[in-house]
Amino acid sequence: MKNKINKLSQKQAFWPVIIFLTIILFNTIMTKGEFLSISIVDGHFYGRIIDIFRNGGKLMILAAGMTMVLATGGTDISVGSVMAISGAIACSIINGNLLPGLGGNVAMAIILAVCAGIICGLWNGFLVAQIKIQPIVATMILLVAGRGIAQLITSGKIITINSDAYYFINGGYIFGLPFPLYIVLFLVGILLLFVHRSAFGLFLESIGCNSLASKFAGIKVNRFLLAIYTISGAFASVAGLIESAGIKGADCNNAGLNIELDAILAVAIGGTNLMGGRFSIFSSVIGALIVQSITTTVLALGVPAAYIRVLKALLIIVICLSQSGKFKLHISKIAVSKKKEEAVAL
Amino acid sequence: MKKRFLSSILCAAMVAASIAGCGSAAPAPAASEAPAATIEEAEAPKAEAPATEDAGSEKLVVGFAQIGQESGWRDAETMSIQTYAAEHTDTVELKFADAQQKQENQIKAIKSFIEQDVDVIGLAPVVETGWDQVFAEAQDAGIPIILLDRTADVDESLYATFIGSDFIEEGKEAAKQMAELIGGKGKIVELEGTVGASAATDRKTGFDEEIAANYPDIEIVASQTGDFTRAQGKEVMESFLKSNPDIVGVYAHNDDMALGAIEAIKEAGLKPGEDIVTVSVDGVKGIFEAMVAGEANCTVECNPLLGPLFFETAAKLKNGESVEKWVKSVDGVFTSDIAADVIDSRAY
Repeated sequence: MKNKINKLSQKQAFWPVIIFLTIILFNTIMTKGEFLSISIVDGHFYGRIIDIFRNGGKLMILAAGMTMVLATGGTDISVGSVMAISGAIACSIINGNLLPGLGGNVAMAIILAVCAGIICGLWNGFLVAQIKIQPIVATMILLVAGRGIAQLITSGKIITINSDAYYFINGGYIFGLPFPLYIVLFLVGILLLFVHRSAFGLFLESIGCNSLASKFAGIKVNRFLLAIYTISGAFASVAGLIESAGIKGADCNNAGLNIELDAILAVAIGGTNLMGGRFSIFSSVIGALIVQSITTTVLALGVPAAYIRVLKALLIIVICLSQSGKFKLHISKIAVSKKKEEAVAL
Repeated sequence: MKKRFLSSILCAAMVAASIAGCGSAAPAPAASEAPAATIEEAEAPKAEAPATEDAGSEKLVVGFAQIGQESGWRDAETMSIQTYAAEHTDTVELKFADAQQKQENQIKAIKSFIEQDVDVIGLAPVVETGWDQVFAEAQDAGIPIILLDRTADVDESLYATFIGSDFIEEGKEAAKQMAELIGGKGKIVELEGTVGASAATDRKTGFDEEIAANYPDIEIVASQTGDFTRAQGKEVMESFLKSNPDIVGVYAHNDDMALGAIEAIKEAGLKPGEDIVTVSVDGVKGIFEAMVAGEANCTVECNPLLGPLFFETAAKLKNGESVEKWVKSVDGVFTSDIAADVIDSRAY
């Protein structure tokens, strides 16, 4: 039994899952059980837990893409802007401002928005892999320019659309569960299959550990980098669709603003080394749920507006400390020495 | 990147325009009164400033340094000013500068207005601080400054007047409307704007004070920030609905948060506009559409159509008449009953 627990705690996802459950437990106690309650409204489940999964959907998708980028030792800070672009394109097509020939076809709007995300990702990958610009600088170009492009598409205004089909992306329910959850399961599922059932994951880790050695070992590093940044861009565009469907419109100034930092935080909480190397997509997805549940916690507790950021920062510090091996070692040493003192005293 | 690229082109154009102005005797900056004139166009007439002075000394010459394009609201304000100037070309001359969200561009524009010796300078300050020196320069040149819709953190003696809405008054008006909609009693929630923004602080103060003073049966059970955005407004409202299922109304500091809240109310299986009423501030087109659809109840307008009031005040200043330190703009209140009638006339 003890062996089993020990083995389990060796897994990368162990601590993130524990932290997530702790947050849920904490909230349940603080709200006297209201947090966990799930009722059925209009034929679908309704409750805070459902909210965490629905609102966290976009972050989970971003975190999955970001994990692979970080595993190669790179980073992609343009995801928020790519979200704005994809939302702007989809909404502009649906309300007929862009490509009126399509007649507001929702399926075409979604396809073209994802294509835009792929192009953005290709551009990032091209800069990183071919031009050899440092990833943070290369993706910063799109971070700044992307929001500008999105504003250009919508001419700086908030676009409101009226399409139930498009709204389904965020607000729809299948078997009572929110649709974004299915998108996450689908995308992350495919990614996990791809990474774990092929040599892809192994190559990724090797690139992250030492890209030069990988190159000499015969891995086509540049092609891999291009593919990874493209996936990240495509995932970001899907996240953008979820976000814009949630507000029934495109708000280019605010869509995905600063979310790249949340995504990186989610990966870090998931225990993936930001310098590259070992990674776990599943842990990052749990990390994203943790980040989202922090927001939900703050809202559920009804913290006054001015204290929200401080409280979030405190929670994140606690989480990061609980993840740090050195810190845990230090604490256990103190505990052990105290026990010894007590023993001596007796 | 794109913006930076654009601005470097603009800078190049500016330099080119001033060189051309110095070199040749007769430059032709015909665009100085075009509605979409940007900075380099506003600066271009520098070379021929003496000519305009001779031609129209009785004309009211106004330089206006706008922030740039940031929202539909600001576009409407810009349009209002430019339309007024275009309709009154015989009495006013407008030199318009678009600062593209940069303070240094606004300062440059003001300096160029001073050089051109305009009668009055108008400014919508992009940030609150850092204006003392350039305002003092304008004062030394004897040119009064009118602040439009946003204030600057400078000594009151440095500017002539501020034209804009009274956010506290907007909050009070919203409270009255809310009380009327819910019959003077019940639990309500409040979606605040960005922490620290004057619009958020004052709209909260006005609303909360009015409720506390006159409507003892209304209780504000929760109040949190939604950062003035739809997405945040929705997420915060989702949370409110779970901790307080018995609320009857929501007050949002801007229309976009109210639009987000409406989505959250629908998801909770309730009817926005009936089960939970909404009162918000601004008066953007989206909220009118929602009111027509019966999903929103009331918006307190924060009027961006400040053009006529701005030129009126500028004319008074030129004639040496005294004006109030704060000229309050006239804001309207729109309820869902009249939304359908006025929606087509909404400019923004």
